[in-house]
Amino acid sequence: MGSEFVQFSLTPILIGMFAAMACALPGNFLILRRQALIGDAISHVVLPGIVVAFLITGVVSTWPMLLGAAGAALVAVILIEAVRRLGNIEPGAAMGVVFTSLFAGGVLLLEQSDTSSVHLDVEHALMGNLEQLIWLRAEGWGSVLDPVALSHLPPELPRMAVVFALIAVLTAVFWRPLKLASFDEGFARALGLPVSLIGLGLVTSAAAAAVAAFDAVGSIIVIAMFICPPAAARLMTNRLGLQVAWSLAFACLSAILGYVLAGYGPLWIGASGSVSAAGMVAVVSGVILALACLFGPARGRVGVAAGG
Amino acid sequence: MSDFFSALLLQAGYNAALVAVGAALLGFAAGAGGSFLFLRKRALVSDAVAHATLPGVGLAFIVMVAFGGDGRSLPGLLIGSAISAWLGLLAVEWMVRRTRLSEDAAIGAVLSVFFGLGVVLLTVIQSMSQGRQAGLEGFLLGSTAGMLFQDAVLIAGGGAIVVLLIWLLRRPMTLVAFDPGFAAARGVDVRRVDLAMMGLVLAVTVIGLKLVGLILIVALLIIPPVTARFWSERAEAVVWAAGVIGAVSGYVGAALSASAPALPTGPIIVLISATLFAISLLFAPARGVLASILARRAFQARVHRRQGLLALSRSEPIHDPLTVKILRREGLMRADGVATDAGQAAGAKVARDERRWSIARKQHHDTALTGRYDGLTPIEDVFTADEIAHFDTAMMRGA
Repeated sequence: MGSEFVQFSLTPILIGMFAAMACALPGNFLILRRQALIGDAISHVVLPGIVVAFLITGVVSTWPMLLGAAGAALVAVILIEAVRRLGNIEPGAAMGVVFTSLFAGGVLLLEQSDTSSVHLDVEHALMGNLEQLIWLRAEGWGSVLDPVALSHLPPELPRMAVVFALIAVLTAVFWRPLKLASFDEGFARALGLPVSLIGLGLVTSAAAAAVAAFDAVGSIIVIAMFICPPAAARLMTNRLGLQVAWSLAFACLSAILGYVLAGYGPLWIGASGSVSAAGMVAVVSGVILALACLFGPARGRVGVAAGG
Repeated sequence: MSDFFSALLLQAGYNAALVAVGAALLGFAAGAGGSFLFLRKRALVSDAVAHATLPGVGLAFIVMVAFGGDGRSLPGLLIGSAISAWLGLLAVEWMVRRTRLSEDAAIGAVLSVFFGLGVVLLTVIQSMSQGRQAGLEGFLLGSTAGMLFQDAVLIAGGGAIVVLLIWLLRRPMTLVAFDPGFAAARGVDVRRVDLAMMGLVLAVTVIGLKLVGLILIVALLIIPPVTARFWSERAEAVVWAAGVIGAVSGYVGAALSASAPALPTGPIIVLISATLFAISLLFAPARGVLASILARRAFQARVHRRQGLLALSRSEPIHDPLTVKILRREGLMRADGVATDAGQAAGAKVARDERRWSIARKQHHDTALTGRYDGLTPIEDVFTADEIAHFDTAMMRGA
């Protein structure tokens, strides 16, 4: 674990971990509420958001794009709700209609506008550029304490850390109402909790996590982390507190293992080069989920004997 | 514009015409096949299926290259994608049956993990010497630009076969999609029909890969059925309408894209179907937004008219502006708020019906009949003339 590790692998791994945890945290509640695919929908509509932001500002810079993505996520959530209510359509289908249409619009805008010259393409939005978030100024573990080197950290790292911290604090503060509203909406409503407001807050923080993460790590990780770690965690325990802890652990494990396997895995089997880190993180989270499906202590459905 | 019309009339070259016909057939198959999923409330399963095709495409390429082939042969890639999509479907099924995860979590897990694996394989392929020009990224969003004649034939032929299969299986699939319990009671093997349904969706996805791409094929499976649902309450009509909507989207989209090279086929097809959806959402009779606004207003007008007539019959002053407007428009009330002759007559009838209803509710304990008292249904629609005469005598006696 020498200076090379600090330079090339430390920051991507940390960014991946924060992104994974920031997505997994709201994912726990989305899964309980059967809204797991909100993450999928949001990460698709992020694309038109960035394209529109680029067309308006004409520059590829972080803040306009983040704002555009956040705006698109908000528009998508509102449209899904509008289609569901106005058309009296079940939520899954409403979601499918909205996010595919917006995504198609994004692709069309992208092809129509001359954005291919700048670094803005669909693959980037899908796969992110985790591998490129290296910390060039680091010269070893000592740099962690060196203010000059620290000021050259990739900006994605502090941003992702802040977003994760924010979501963690919000989750802790609203723990009880979130828990009640997710497990038993009727009961929560009877207690006088603002159930729809809680739901909106949850979706908003999920969108914030997705938007902050997609830029650094791409939407594959976002979708996978919203669902796989919380789903695996749900099969490990019956208690929500423990489930959240498991999901964070699984998210970290996926990010670390995925990045290491993507970077060094091909070398170990004698091949050269590396494979997509974002894809590998998703694959590792899938393996963890598969193991949890096979061996998780709380995997069975209620009323069905384990393994039955 | 003239380019567009010549493409629309299949005059823009043999290849373009074949693509347009293929897109129409594919759109029909996707719309009709997707409506079974939609009616079964499993629309997003197609999302998992579509994403799960990617690792198959990558693996098929690697295998074909390993055996000394070209790697880009479309049938080979499609077989690979079909196998991995089938595995993805099985994984969703297995998770829903064997664990306590709900279907949406299973769908999300499968789509993200399979897609991630596909992306990993794509990066492996890019590092292979044969892989640099593979153009497999085209499967993400579709590409007609690089489409060979054989590819177009494959899409058109495959689409035709799927449409035929849907026609053959329409009865059991409609039954199962609409009411699985009833279908099981009729002796239909629900599980096998479900599998057939999934198989068709899978076929549509695989055939559509080259044309619209794996991310957007989901749109063709979901949007036309939801659109068709606005136009009919009958399951079978929804299936065929969805097919037609999908076919129109595919055909017009392919023609548009053929006439302007900068317009990518997949997104155009999807956006046309999204436009049809938006129009239906707003203007469809019965279930559209406009129709329901009109129905609401008509209902409101009837309520106000009746309340106004009751007030007239009791010579009470009316203050509600909407009520005043309705009564005056129908000539039931003068500008100074006094009832006209017609208004007095109508008011008297409404008041009499009200009294009849109160007697009817006392005498009839049949709630199915008296439950229809909503103040708007004329009593003649619920009771026979004899019964009403009976109420009237009771009324006289009571008075």
